[in-house]
Amino acid sequence: MSVTTIESVQKSVRVGIPPAKAFEVFTARFADWWPLATHHTAPEDAATAVIEPFEGGRWFERGVNGTETMWGYVTTWAPPERLVLAWHLNLDFHFDPDVASEVEVRFVADGEGTRVELEHRNLDVYGLERGEALRTAVGGEGGWGALLDEFAKLAAAA
Amino acid sequence: MAAALDVLADPTRRSIFERLADGPQAVSELAQHFPVSRPAVSQHLKALKDAGLVRDRADGRRRIYTVDPAGIDDMRRWLDQFWDRALAAFAAVAEGTEGKETKG
Repeated sequence: MSVTTIESVQKSVRVGIPPAKAFEVFTARFADWWPLATHHTAPEDAATAVIEPFEGGRWFERGVNGTETMWGYVTTWAPPERLVLAWHLNLDFHFDPDVASEVEVRFVADGEGTRVELEHRNLDVYGLERGEALRTAVGGEGGWGALLDEFAKLAAAA
Repeated sequence: MAAALDVLADPTRRSIFERLADGPQAVSELAQHFPVSRPAVSQHLKALKDAGLVRDRADGRRRIYTVDPAGIDDMRRWLDQFWDRALAAFAAVAEGTEGKETKG
């Protein structure tokens, strides 16, 4: 049984261009607006970031040395209305194939412009992840040190 | 932190905590799994709560316990601020493209 306890993050912004154009800027020109300087996951600086334009496409950053680091996948590619991305980053912002929250972006015509509605949901996965990490740390052989590390990490992030 | 570790040194308490890591549960549900009285389970839960390991909330007449999601709240707060900033940056670029062909 899955229990939904963590509210999704919902945002919207209006832009003065039609949905098809807004969709294109959001995806094809992703690296032009995503705050790459501060928001990348690999140790090396990111040169660019890419959302591949098809279902199953990858969502990743490419570092200045050419290394590609995965963020997730395109799960719905439906221009000009809708884009859904699986965000496979865990609480430490590392790619984890087993952990995915979901980012849905809707492009709704609004007069001559577009209302871009974004929802980041399924945040419950992070509760399961943390619960699992704590459970392993507590239950494991000599797990006290690991538990302590877990707490230190969470405390440092707070 | 030391308090949390001390609290988990008790085997029953540790078992209760591990069970909660699987999902939220009411005191009565938890008590079924342990060979101790329900008040004793409540005592253990209070110790876990005092150490910041679990949280409780009322659900009608029941009290539901969950692993304290402080780390998750941090993540959510971070995402909330992050998407504000990201969408503002997106809007700035989108507005700048009006009437122009995009590259590629």
